[in-house]
Amino acid sequence: MTIRTARPNRAQHFQPRLYCLKKLESILLEMQDTKSGVKGTEQKLNITTIPHVIAGNDTIAWISNKMKTTTEEAQAFGTMLVAYGYIYPLQNHKKLVMCNDSSLYRFQTPYFWPTQKWVPDDSDYAIYLAKRNIRKKGVLEPYEQAHYNHLHEWLNHKWDFIVMQAAEQYKAGKERKKPDRVVFDCQERAYWMVNRPPRCAHSAMDCGPERLIDPNTDEKTTFDIYRRKNMFYQQAIMRSKVKSSVSLGALVKYITTYKNHDPLLASCLPSNPWQTDHDAYWTLNMRRVEVPTKMRVERWSFSLFELLSDLRGRDDFKIFLKKEFSGENLAFWEAAEELKWGTSSSMSTKAETIFKTFLAPGAPRWINIDGRTMGLTVKGLEHPHRYVLEAAQTHVFLLMKKDTFFRYLKSPTYKDIQKKALNPEPHNFSPANLEQNALNRSPGIHPIILWQQEEEEKAKAAAASAPVDVKAMMSKIDRKK
Amino acid sequence: MCDQTFVAATFGPCDSCSKPSPLMNIYIKNEATNYCSLCVEMMACQGLQKGETLESLKRESETLKKKLEEERNKLNDVECNVSVILCWPILIVWDAFTLNKEHGVPLPCTWVLACAYAPSGCAIACGGLDNKCSVIPLSLDKNENLAAKKKSVAMHTNYVSGCSFTNSDMQLLTSSGDGTCALWDVESGQLLQSFHGHTADVLSLDLAPSETGNTFVSGGCDMKANVWDMRSGQNIQSFESHESDINCVKYYPSGDAFASASDDATCRFYDLRADREVAVYQKDSIIFGASTCDFSLSGRLLFAGYNDYAINVWDVLKGTRATILFGHENRVSRVRVSPDGTALCSASWDSTLRVWA
Repeated sequence: MTIRTARPNRAQHFQPRLYCLKKLESILLEMQDTKSGVKGTEQKLNITTIPHVIAGNDTIAWISNKMKTTTEEAQAFGTMLVAYGYIYPLQNHKKLVMCNDSSLYRFQTPYFWPTQKWVPDDSDYAIYLAKRNIRKKGVLEPYEQAHYNHLHEWLNHKWDFIVMQAAEQYKAGKERKKPDRVVFDCQERAYWMVNRPPRCAHSAMDCGPERLIDPNTDEKTTFDIYRRKNMFYQQAIMRSKVKSSVSLGALVKYITTYKNHDPLLASCLPSNPWQTDHDAYWTLNMRRVEVPTKMRVERWSFSLFELLSDLRGRDDFKIFLKKEFSGENLAFWEAAEELKWGTSSSMSTKAETIFKTFLAPGAPRWINIDGRTMGLTVKGLEHPHRYVLEAAQTHVFLLMKKDTFFRYLKSPTYKDIQKKALNPEPHNFSPANLEQNALNRSPGIHPIILWQQEEEEKAKAAAASAPVDVKAMMSKIDRKK
Repeated sequence: MCDQTFVAATFGPCDSCSKPSPLMNIYIKNEATNYCSLCVEMMACQGLQKGETLESLKRESETLKKKLEEERNKLNDVECNVSVILCWPILIVWDAFTLNKEHGVPLPCTWVLACAYAPSGCAIACGGLDNKCSVIPLSLDKNENLAAKKKSVAMHTNYVSGCSFTNSDMQLLTSSGDGTCALWDVESGQLLQSFHGHTADVLSLDLAPSETGNTFVSGGCDMKANVWDMRSGQNIQSFESHESDINCVKYYPSGDAFASASDDATCRFYDLRADREVAVYQKDSIIFGASTCDFSLSGRLLFAGYNDYAINVWDVLKGTRATILFGHENRVSRVRVSPDGTALCSASWDSTLRVWA
């Protein structure tokens, strides 16, 4: 008989979620094998002897041998076995860890394993506590006492039943032989230690919020699901795929290109701030630094995407484009990005400005795209939506990627910045210096301030690069004359 | 990248209802057509035609699936086992750089499952068991009550498992336990696009870093990892090789591949261009599920956090474990590499965050 309690069940609702437990069990069976498993001995407790007792160091050595791992890993694995309740400690029953010494453990009986389908619910726990109460004449641990009081209140309506069950189980227990009784008591105590741990103790049984779908139920698949699947498979079959050798080759190339730039693999100049507590690396690579570092400049040459994502690189690219008088492509790309990622309410105004500035015939910053794309875009702008500039934007981006980017890399602008770029000396801190650095840690500039600065700069740049009104200029010059 | 194949016909008039909208390219009786998402749904749900039964559709589904596997295998000419030389730094554990707490926002919801930082650094998004994802603007004033400015953006019918800002502060992508992902406009709270296709809870999502940035990958309890097009809501690719729930998906830095971490104690690496799984990261001694994964800056290392309180570091190319990081006292729930790649941060149920460098 079970009662559904409103409090979250500490043992997970859907036991089958714990996929790892099946594998654990097969390992446990091997461990318990009398010939090839962990060596078992006996423990003498006053007059009784408890059989099948294993030592911590023996278990860890067996695990280490079987799984070919280090002792540290084997110890961590052993602790997991104890935490999940497959093995329980005999001496310090409250601390659920496996120690690499001669402390004693025993295997838990399969009845109490976490994979069994029955859930340890509150009335079972109440019966257990009541039984303990009878036996120890009212001496429970403080947290158990707190639980007991709470359950007494909560399950008051069936308390008679609970007490009766407890008394019966106690009587049945007394009829067992002493060693069996001791063993069973230990097992039960270990079981409840795992499933009802004291407050603030970590429990391996914590599984987080319940998942909605039970993996074991067979969902009835209706015809529309099959239709969707068929549509998906057909589309997937038709889509173009690439040979593994080609795509894996590309991945290897990516890794080799970035190898020296990965701070976790190669050294970070001047030093990794997390290791030496000195933030020179971050100050040298800030957004608006005058002279960037050599590594940063090298990274710009990897791809157009890298160049544009690093805003300092984008600035440099803009300088180059200004010299070539082809800044409108990048400006259009940036405006299209803003449209794509902007708020829904600002879309129509942005689309209009973009049309007037870049796409309308005779526009001040007219971009040169092919007729078909231009036609599609202009037509789409009649009912502007978020992705209306996709085709044009991709076209412009590809143009920049295939042509402008490579010219930039060969240009004097880029070569100039390469020459000027800093190559900081690696730091060499003594332990005393490191301590000093640790004391001098500062939080750096807040991202909100950086963002505000960025917005100000953008506004200034927009004002400066506003399309020149030729007629106004001419009239000004006339007046001067 | 993959997005280039969708440039040509993603927008325009639908072939069935003629309304201009984002289009999905599908095949009807082996002919390529472009339908808007509403027409696709209607077509999928129309009653059984003459000669069609549930059985015949099921058989067709299975034949197509086999054919797809055959097609994928034809192009599999090389396995992922490359040897490259590399050298090792030291690992030290630090707490955050200054151990300062910048902002503290009290939240009424007891379980927050997902949080994200806006690209500008001016706002954060969080969501969880309250079925919502809210955006909280940050301020420089430390005494300001940030909880008052909290704004609910996403509304799902079940818990929110993951959230992420897109390239700007104005759009939010969320994944939920109700099996869907959704794209929201932050300012108005409007739903811009929803993504249906998972048959169980979606546990995580990640946006593609590629230059055209229009796709994202999601992983769920139905053991599938799906790649979606954000514009049309179409499920572009799907990978089903895990044996249990996928807890975390993460794109490779170049955007051409992604990794997933699952309860079956393996991490798998999928290549998007070859459309298949190329590597499995597993070891006999690792039995407990992986709950999170992240790549280092170059993509050579894959950091995965497990439920046995350790973080395993895998060599992506060789497929072997490079090292193991101990230190946490409860399961590791998230690992993230910093954007500049200098350090790894791991969060755990033992209430600590550790930074590894």
